[in-house]
Amino acid sequence: MKKIKLIDIAHGRSGDKGDAANVGIIAYDDKGYQLIEKYLTAEKVKEHFQGICLGKVERFELPNIRALNFLLHNTLGGGGTVSLKHDAQGKTLAAALLRLELEIEE
Amino acid sequence: MKDKIRIASGQGFWGDLIDAPYTQVTAGQVDYLVMDYLAEVTMSILQKQKNKNPKLGYARDIPELMDRILPICKEKNIKVITNGGGVNPEACAEAVIEVARKHKIGNLKIAVVLGDNILDRIDNVISNGCQLNNMETGEPVSIVKDKLLSANVYFGAMPIVEALNMGADIVITGRTTDTGLTLAPMIYEFGWSKIDYNLLSAGTVAGHILECGGQASGGNLLADWRSVPEIENIGFPIAEAYPDGNIIITKHQSLGGKVTIETVSEQLVYEIGDPKNYITPDCVADFTSIKLDEVGKDRIRVYGIKGNPETEFYKVSCSYSSGYSAVGTLTYSWPDSLSKAKQADQILRKRLENLNLKFDEIRTEFVGYNSCHGPLATKLDEDKINEVMLRVAVRGSDYNSIERFGKEIAPLILTGPPSVTGFAGGRPKPADVVAYWPALIPKKLVEPKVEIITL
Repeated sequence: MKKIKLIDIAHGRSGDKGDAANVGIIAYDDKGYQLIEKYLTAEKVKEHFQGICLGKVERFELPNIRALNFLLHNTLGGGGTVSLKHDAQGKTLAAALLRLELEIEE
Repeated sequence: MKDKIRIASGQGFWGDLIDAPYTQVTAGQVDYLVMDYLAEVTMSILQKQKNKNPKLGYARDIPELMDRILPICKEKNIKVITNGGGVNPEACAEAVIEVARKHKIGNLKIAVVLGDNILDRIDNVISNGCQLNNMETGEPVSIVKDKLLSANVYFGAMPIVEALNMGADIVITGRTTDTGLTLAPMIYEFGWSKIDYNLLSAGTVAGHILECGGQASGGNLLADWRSVPEIENIGFPIAEAYPDGNIIITKHQSLGGKVTIETVSEQLVYEIGDPKNYITPDCVADFTSIKLDEVGKDRIRVYGIKGNPETEFYKVSCSYSSGYSAVGTLTYSWPDSLSKAKQADQILRKRLENLNLKFDEIRTEFVGYNSCHGPLATKLDEDKINEVMLRVAVRGSDYNSIERFGKEIAPLILTGPPSVTGFAGGRPKPADVVAYWPALIPKKLVEPKVEIITL
């Protein structure tokens, strides 16, 4: 097993959909996509966002643009103007996911 | 038929770069300027303005902007499409007419799209069997009916197409999907069938790429963000559309920013849900069919797009009043900045508790330490952090409690931990909290209406 920093193989963007945050992660190349497709599971993302994402995590695949889209439910403190969070729209959550290290088989 | 059209994005939201629409129509050739002004919360603000003054309720940047660009658009034959009409497209059109008269511009057709605002006919909608159930909770709208501030149906491209068919030079709508603004001119110019869902989806994808302005041409770019050239002078994206549904995303060459696979990909994944079902009033686009190719400098070809028929519903965006909130901040410096901020928070909370104030939520964050990434933030030696901003926010239905909270922040300067500053703004005032109520409505219950005014 070896560790790979997600930020070294992918970029992304995040935003809000009501109280859910959307986090899109895009691999820089095909090899990177194979890695995130295999290792960046919904469970892994849910575990990473412990204490931030209070609902379920849904994962969608866009192999055509080497991307995964995650919907993090119950994450933004009510969303919109209800949320008291400094980052009420989840704009920084893509960067937060890029903190993750993936353990991969060599 | 034209062999291609160039559609320029002019605004990504109300409050975006004021000069962007001007540079889009002056720095190179375009056929259309599309401007999105409406966020969910915007509609409730506009509705409040209209309640106070029936001549308001639209994006008031528009008359000032048109004063700058209308003569240029007229001369270059650039059509302008915007949803900045908000809850009062007619008043917005009147303001634009005044601008046209001032510049002595004649032979001008301004269209307004009406019918999206259903706030005054909620009872009628309910009596027709549509409960406007909240898409997230399933509850009927009747439980917040007395607190509703706005209720607008999202129309798609078709009413704008109708306006263009009537010869409109400027189209001002209320709540229209951002994507519809860009799709409409393609349908109009190329005569696309409203059941050719692959073509409609291609135009919809182009609209999604354009709808956040500079976010598709180098702004907010996570991939190698330092590499964006001359971002202070960023060129907003332009969709060069072809009759066969091919789209080239580009920008004016004389302006800054960049258009690459990375900039377009990041925008494609922005605020989407299930990528196979990107639902609009016009079609259901499949984002997993999108192909991207770099075909030149700052030229990304977007093609291969598939889509499916539209649903029988329009989305409705309602907003309702849901109490008050306030935010207080204070900044603590080295030494022990974080420890001081934490103690100040504890003191504040005890005082609020002793006052028996009522809140639904109190939230504390430490800006400069963990306000963005919470428990994921790198743990730092608390005593080595140079400075940290304590940010405490409260929310609740009792106005007096929220107001009193605002009076408890400044006293912490003289009655709390030392080396604290940053209270120049005065007491935090209670702000209205506007909650959002997304729902669906059968299309047959709503009728878009297009009116045209000829000068």
